[in-house]
Amino acid sequence: QGQFTLLRDTQTDGSFLVHHFLSFYLRAGCKVCFVALLQSFSHYNIVAQKLGVSLAAAKERGQLVFLEGLKSCLDLLFGEEEQPGQPSPLQFLSTSELRALFDFVRVSLTPTDGDSWKGPVLLVDDLSVLLSLGAAPVAVLDFIHYCRVSVCYQLKGNIVVLVHSNEDSEDEENELVVNSLCHHSDLILWAEGLATGFCKDVHGQIKIIKRLSLWQAEEQDLVQTYQYKIQDRNVTFFARGLSAAVL
Amino acid sequence: LVFTEEDKYGLYSNLLFKYFLAEGIVCGHDLFVASAKEHPDNILKELPAPLLDDTYGKELGDEAAAVKSEDFQDSMKIAWRYQNLPKMETSPTTYTKFGHYYDVSKKMSPELCQSVKQHSFYLHEELSFEPKMKAWNMNSGYARLLQSIQRIISQEGFDGSDPQKKQRNVLRIGIQSLGSVLWGDDICCSDPPEDPHSLTKFLYVLRGLLRKSLSACIITVPAHLIQNKAIMERVTNLSDIVVGLESFIGSERETNPLYKDYHGLVHVHQIPRLNSLICDVSDTKDLAFRLKRKLFTIERLHLPPDLSDTVSRASKQDLAGSAKLLSSGCGAMAIGKKHLDF
Repeated sequence: QGQFTLLRDTQTDGSFLVHHFLSFYLRAGCKVCFVALLQSFSHYNIVAQKLGVSLAAAKERGQLVFLEGLKSCLDLLFGEEEQPGQPSPLQFLSTSELRALFDFVRVSLTPTDGDSWKGPVLLVDDLSVLLSLGAAPVAVLDFIHYCRVSVCYQLKGNIVVLVHSNEDSEDEENELVVNSLCHHSDLILWAEGLATGFCKDVHGQIKIIKRLSLWQAEEQDLVQTYQYKIQDRNVTFFARGLSAAVL
Repeated sequence: LVFTEEDKYGLYSNLLFKYFLAEGIVCGHDLFVASAKEHPDNILKELPAPLLDDTYGKELGDEAAAVKSEDFQDSMKIAWRYQNLPKMETSPTTYTKFGHYYDVSKKMSPELCQSVKQHSFYLHEELSFEPKMKAWNMNSGYARLLQSIQRIISQEGFDGSDPQKKQRNVLRIGIQSLGSVLWGDDICCSDPPEDPHSLTKFLYVLRGLLRKSLSACIITVPAHLIQNKAIMERVTNLSDIVVGLESFIGSERETNPLYKDYHGLVHVHQIPRLNSLICDVSDTKDLAFRLKRKLFTIERLHLPPDLSDTVSRASKQDLAGSAKLLSSGCGAMAIGKKHLDF
C-alpha cells in the first residue's frame, strides 16, 4: 500500500513488466488508472487476454480507466474545439503543462459512491515519452510528485511507472528524471540486456531492488538479480547462468 | 512505423524507400509520398519494375488475400522488407510468399504506377500553415504534413470511418529525409536546436494516425547529420522498427577485405513487439547489403573463407545444406574466390 514502483529498462524492452502489473492489479480487484502513452488500447488488450484478463470488460465495469495517449492526441489536434470545462489531459502538447494530466489521474482514482474496489493504482507507460512531447523534466517530476501525494498518501494506493534509460545516454533530461525517480522509489525493477550481448534463450536480466534504506537508516538496499526469457503467455525467471538452454 | 537512418549519401536509403513504394503498388495499396527534397512525382517515376513471371498473377492474388486477412481492426500493418537472395538453382517463385522481387535496372511501367491512387505532398508547393495549427506548437512543415495525412486518411476511409466502403485497403506512406534542413527543422545544423521537440511530437502524432488506420509508413532520416543524439534516442523509442543503413562509400571499410562483396551494412536497432509479449527475433544480427546491376539484396554477413593452402573445399553436401537456410548469402560466400558451376 502506498508503494511507488519504478520499472526501468536499458538496452531492452521492459514493457512485459507493464503488462504483468496491469493484469496483476486487475485480477486483484484494484481500480486502475492506466496512462498508456505509447501503444494503442488493442495492443494491451490482446496481450492481457493472453495473460487471462479482459481489458474491455474491466473498462465496462469501471475498474479500469484507460487513457489512450495516441488517440487522445489525435482528438486534441484534429478534433473540434473542446468544451471549456474539460481540458484534454494531453493539454501539454500545446502548453507544456502537465496539470490537466494530473487532474485526470486524480479524478479517475478518487473513489465514488458505490465503488467497491480495493486500493487505487496508477500505471504509466511510459514516462520518457512526456519529455519527447515537450514537457520539461522538472514538470515531469512535479507531476509524479503530485501523483504520489494524491495516490500514495491520500488514497493509499500504488503507483507503477515505466521509464527508459540507456547507458551512455546523451539524453540528459531523461537521465535526470530517471535518477531522481530512482532515489524516490520504494521498489525498482530494472530490466537490462545481457552484458555479453544478444542471446536467443535468455532475453535479459532483471534486477530487483528493494529500497529498504529509504525507511530505515541502517538498512541496505536489497538487490536480487535474475535472468528471464519471455514467451508468448509467460515470462520465466531463473537464476543467472541457469537458463534451461544451458542445463 | 519503419524508421530508417540514411546512409551518408542517401543512395541506398532512397532505394529502400522506392522498394517500399513499389511493393505498395504491386500489392494494390494506395500511396502517399511526402518530400521536401524532390518532387514526389519524380520519385514515383523512378520506382523499380517488379520481376514478373508466369505465376505473377496468381502470386498477386495470394498476396492480396494474405494481406487482407492479416488486417486488424485498428492497428497498423508493418512492412518489414527483407530481400532474400534467390538461390541460383531455384527460381524466385518457389521462395517465400512475402513480398516481391524487383529489377533495379528497369523502371516501373506508368500503367502499373497509375493502377493505384497516389497522393503526394511536396513541401514547397504547399500553402502556408493555417491558423488553427498555431496551437500545435510544432514546426509548420511537419504540422502541414500531418494535416495532409490525416485528411487523406479520413477522406479515403482508411480509418474505417466510412461504413459504405466494402473493400478496405492499406495506405503506404513514405516520407523522405525528415528532419533535414529542407523541412525547416534545424536539428541537422545546430545543437541545441531551436525546437528539439518538433520531430518527436511529429512522430508521436504520426504514430497515433497509423495506429488508428490501416496504414504503414516508412521514414528516412539523415541521422548522421543530427547533432543532438538525445533526439535519436527518443525517436527510437517512438518508432516500431528502426533500421540503419551504413554504406561503405568513402569510408575505410570500402577497402577492408572482410566487406569486399558488400556495399554496406544494415543495422537493425529495434524491432516491434506488437500485440504480444514476444517479438520476432532473427538468429543473426549481422546483415549487409549489396547492390548488383539488377538486384538489391540484404544478406547475412559472412566472413569470406580463409583460403590458405590447406583449405577444405566446400563439399557438395555443405552447399546443399547451406542453400536450405533462409537468407542464403552463405551459398554465394562459401564459394569464395573459386567459381563453382551448378
